[in-house]
Amino acid sequence: MERQIRQLAAALGVLFIVLVAQVTYIQVIAADRLANDPANATRQLIAEYQVDRGDILAADGRTVLATSRRSRGELRFERRYPLGALTAHVTGYYSFIYGRSELEAAYADFLSGDAPQLLPQTLADMVLGRPRRGASIVTTIDPAVQRAAAEALGDLPGGIAAIDPRTGDVLALVANPSYDPNPLSSHDPDEIRTAWEALVADPEKPLVSRASDELYPPGSTFKIVVTAAALAAGFGPDSRWPNPHELDLPDTTETLENFGGVTCSGGAEITLADALRQSCNVVFGEIGLALGAERLALQARLFGFAPSADAGHIPFDIPMQEGVFPDPSYFETRRPAVALSAIGQDDVATNPLHMALVAGAIANGGVMMRPRLVTEVRAPDGRVVESFEPEPISRPVDEVDAALLTAMMVDVVERGTGTAARIPGVRVAGKTGTAQHGEGRPPHAWFVAFAPAEDPRVAVAVIVLDGGSLGSDATGGRVAAPIARAVIQAALRR
Amino acid sequence: MSAVVRPRARSGLWPALGFTLLALAISLLAYVLAGLGKRGHVPVTVGLYGSIFAVGYLAAWLAIRRLAPGADPALFPTAAVLVGLGFAVIFRLSGGLAAEQATWIALGLAAFCATLFLVRDHRQLDAYTYTIGLAGLVLLLLPIVPGIGREINGARLWVRVGPVGFQPSELGKVLIAVFLASYLAEKRELLRVATRTLGPLRLPPARHLMPVLLAWGASLAILFLQRDLGASLLYFGVFVVMLWVAAGRFAYLAVGGLLFSLGAWLGYRAFEHVQLRVDVWLHALDPDKVFAQGYGQLAQAWFGMATGGLVGTGLGRGSPGLIPFAATDFIFAAIGEELGLLGTAAVLLLYVTLVGKALRTALACPDAFGRLLATGLATTVALQTFVIVGGITRVIPLTGVTLPFVSYGGSSLVSNFVLLALLVRIDAGPAPPDAWRPGRRT
Repeated sequence: MERQIRQLAAALGVLFIVLVAQVTYIQVIAADRLANDPANATRQLIAEYQVDRGDILAADGRTVLATSRRSRGELRFERRYPLGALTAHVTGYYSFIYGRSELEAAYADFLSGDAPQLLPQTLADMVLGRPRRGASIVTTIDPAVQRAAAEALGDLPGGIAAIDPRTGDVLALVANPSYDPNPLSSHDPDEIRTAWEALVADPEKPLVSRASDELYPPGSTFKIVVTAAALAAGFGPDSRWPNPHELDLPDTTETLENFGGVTCSGGAEITLADALRQSCNVVFGEIGLALGAERLALQARLFGFAPSADAGHIPFDIPMQEGVFPDPSYFETRRPAVALSAIGQDDVATNPLHMALVAGAIANGGVMMRPRLVTEVRAPDGRVVESFEPEPISRPVDEVDAALLTAMMVDVVERGTGTAARIPGVRVAGKTGTAQHGEGRPPHAWFVAFAPAEDPRVAVAVIVLDGGSLGSDATGGRVAAPIARAVIQAALRR
Repeated sequence: MSAVVRPRARSGLWPALGFTLLALAISLLAYVLAGLGKRGHVPVTVGLYGSIFAVGYLAAWLAIRRLAPGADPALFPTAAVLVGLGFAVIFRLSGGLAAEQATWIALGLAAFCATLFLVRDHRQLDAYTYTIGLAGLVLLLLPIVPGIGREINGARLWVRVGPVGFQPSELGKVLIAVFLASYLAEKRELLRVATRTLGPLRLPPARHLMPVLLAWGASLAILFLQRDLGASLLYFGVFVVMLWVAAGRFAYLAVGGLLFSLGAWLGYRAFEHVQLRVDVWLHALDPDKVFAQGYGQLAQAWFGMATGGLVGTGLGRGSPGLIPFAATDFIFAAIGEELGLLGTAAVLLLYVTLVGKALRTALACPDAFGRLLATGLATTVALQTFVIVGGITRVIPLTGVTLPFVSYGGSSLVSNFVLLALLVRIDAGPAPPDAWRPGRRT
């Protein structure tokens, strides 16, 4: 009996050794693999929400656009957006059901403390038993400009982008409709789903920023690009062009008319500068046909317009939809489209952010800057771990042509279609646009501008969809220009 | 010749008290830490639960001191640490369950003291072989009785009379061990005789193999009638081991093993839920199955243990709430998450200590009944631990049994304290004649 008991002890000992070995395998050897197993989503989520995620700050480094607060329950930190819908298209949302968007997605590594630059901090927190803290990012958004832009736009559907042309800093990025990211980022699944389903079902698509993510025909604001192409081709501001009542489009019986069917003033011939000031469609149709698709496309490419919607490559911190100008081959069988494209119709498309960059390039002596939304990343202890410098991305026009274009655009505001943007004591350069989009629908009202003309500190682009409150009576000059003026005034107070 | 195990010298007062206080300190510390980790402050119930542990453990120490002074000083404290760790994890999972568990701990400690008080000499039990055996059998089969039996989680283990529900098989397993020890101690000389050989095996006469077949049949009955894979495996395992130890014949172990394999095969063929268990065992983490019904709990247990890693998240700091049945069958995984490999290895070592001490008790016991009983009780604890921990860690297919002394559950806790009291009794030998006699001044 004694021998059996000893053998039993040995056998049971072996069983326990097997258990210890297997537990060691699970908890040490396979631990990492199990932690990253796709089926382990819940725990991965909890781990992510253990982090005191960093703040998203405005340009002043103090105004908080997104922050984390301690929460009860399994998920330790909850994301809050004090400015809510005002900055939603910049911050994005942070939802454990629907993921994250915009800066929350683009700077996730820094915000969650995963970036290698933050390793010393993260290790210290771990050793001290503190919750892991993420880094904060400082954006270029100026709260006053952002607010002024949102107030100026009011309830009108549309978008606004304002940049500092010297650095590319995005001072304001406003779109209507927007959405409140707070319910999407809450910890209550029902609240999140209800909010999400309402947003997704909304035909106005509040989740998509009309300032930078959608595409609209630029209308006459595109004449800036065409004028740049004309200047590059040797046609100066005083070059003279026939000024008929209408333009016969090649290969068709169609004609192109000026806005409202009027004839531009100035006689049988008209200068390029005058045509821009009055936004003569007929003349720009001629110019387009005279320059040809190749030159127009080349100039558009220099301004960052891509041959198709998915081929853009303007670098930006959050998803951006670059403008589109078709490949010259597109026009081979569609000669009338060249004239229509020259007035920003047909397949040409863009959005406020891209048009602000176009205006900004002219304002900045012909150099287009990379749109910058984030200037620096700050570790929890305030140390700057990463900073992003302004960088030029292209030179669409030379310095001389930029100065000529500026003068012509100042004329637009002082005695052309854009007089509603005049600011006493400030020379504003601008261009109106009234873009047709579909039979029987009110046009989109555009205004693109920068100021002060002699030393530009802000470039802005405004679109009001479907004419806003004026409907089919809307023009860029009446609807969009006053809004742009309000944004410029706010930006110049900086 | 094997070494002679000498009876231990009677240990003094202090080692037993020291170990008991240490177990008390570990239990309370774990509980307070769990409260701090989860809520950020010392639990408001600290006075209440602290007193229950302090009074209960010291009462048990005093009972051992007076009624079983010769017992191993670490036997009770080893189990007490397991109880304390289990309580801390249960408290961290649910305040309500903790309140119930505290009640059960108090009752279990009372049952422990009562057992020591009533069973003055373990040989008393030897006189009631068949009464105890019958009582054990009744307890095992009670859940099958229509009207009072309840099926929970696919197994018919529970009895509910009025508001009180319990698992009679938990106490039944202790009584069966007593019965088997008594029966086998009496028959062991007969069982030793080998008359035939079959290959390398020397088999006893057929009629002496009958009890093996009978136990096998009973185990299969439990499996088929109650669908309780774990208990069935446990009873049969304990029985075969005790038979082998009693008779000293390897043949019993071999025949038992064959019958076990046959039973397992029959169970696999007969029951879909057994087939599912095997498939879950093999494929718990396969990407195409991990979200299927029945597979997720093992995956969650593994994810929890992996999250714990070497040192754990800290009591109250992990998410063991994600593990199904974390307070009962899967409590080992919850320990793994919050206390890490250090915690799980410590728990396993505590069982090794407990089982090792129980087997040492068996070796030191002068009478065959005591030896077999201690062996049976040690095997019960060891196999039950292996079945559930091995199940969670996928060493073997998962069958639901509690982790002795640790899991939430009244029947299990009280029965295990009775089991522990019997081990202490066997280890200590008969109570001093003057100790707490009813009607006699001490």
